[in-house]
Amino acid sequence: MGVMGAVPLSWYLMLSAILFSLGVAGFLMRKNLITIFMSIELMLNAVNLSFVTFSRHYKQVDGQIFTFFVMVVAAAEAAVGLAIILTVFKNRSTLLVDDVDSLRL
Amino acid sequence: MDAILFLIFAAIAVACAINLVVQKHPITSALSLVGVMGALAVIYLLLGAEFIAAAQMIVYAGAIMVLFVFVIMLLNAGEEKKPARPSWFAKLLGIPLTIAVLGLLSFFVQHGSPQSSVTFGEYTGTAKDVGRALFTTYLLPFEITSVLILVAILGAVVLARKEMD
Repeated sequence: MGVMGAVPLSWYLMLSAILFSLGVAGFLMRKNLITIFMSIELMLNAVNLSFVTFSRHYKQVDGQIFTFFVMVVAAAEAAVGLAIILTVFKNRSTLLVDDVDSLRL
Repeated sequence: MDAILFLIFAAIAVACAINLVVQKHPITSALSLVGVMGALAVIYLLLGAEFIAAAQMIVYAGAIMVLFVFVIMLLNAGEEKKPARPSWFAKLLGIPLTIAVLGLLSFFVQHGSPQSSVTFGEYTGTAKDVGRALFTTYLLPFEITSVLILVAILGAVVLARKEMD
């Protein structure tokens, strides 16, 4: 740990990698549409952390701007995605991805 | 002090993220995600990103997660009744592949990331800096973003109206 007060940059990136992997795991393992959607949000958050970390490293504000745009896109995605989930539930009264398989071969 | 704060909130974030993936009930997952977002906001503050930390709490934890909780309650989504039966493919490859992804990512982080460290208060990207960059260099993307939001609103309204019929 060495000097208290200075945290290595790689720690932040490792945290980002761990959160992203957990998001991938949730996306692949869960069957509930809403939980899958939340796993996507988790992955977006992990990437945001990387952006802010590099913004800090280069002492430039651009990474924070990208994070801002990611947040806006996430908000738009959440609105449309949740509307789609609502419609799916109204039509098929299920939230399990296994039961929503009309497009499957 | 920085390292202690970082470790505390990183542990909270990882614990909440694991809870999100493991829990059966969607509302528990949603609250865990709020926990992840709060911990990440503190970590953004440690990185000197004040504006992003505030936006994280207001936009993510405040607006987006409330939308999620609304939908969970509207659909009355309870615990998953059917026990999840993962396909043989997922069983065989799921967890090893996830660990492989994490291993690859951490390998590249350890070997490719710049060798620098972060001290709290050394550099701050204030709201002023963010605003100036947003309205000069990134003005066009910012305006396009507003169109994106408009399209998203229209899409949400159209989809919601369809299910009323």
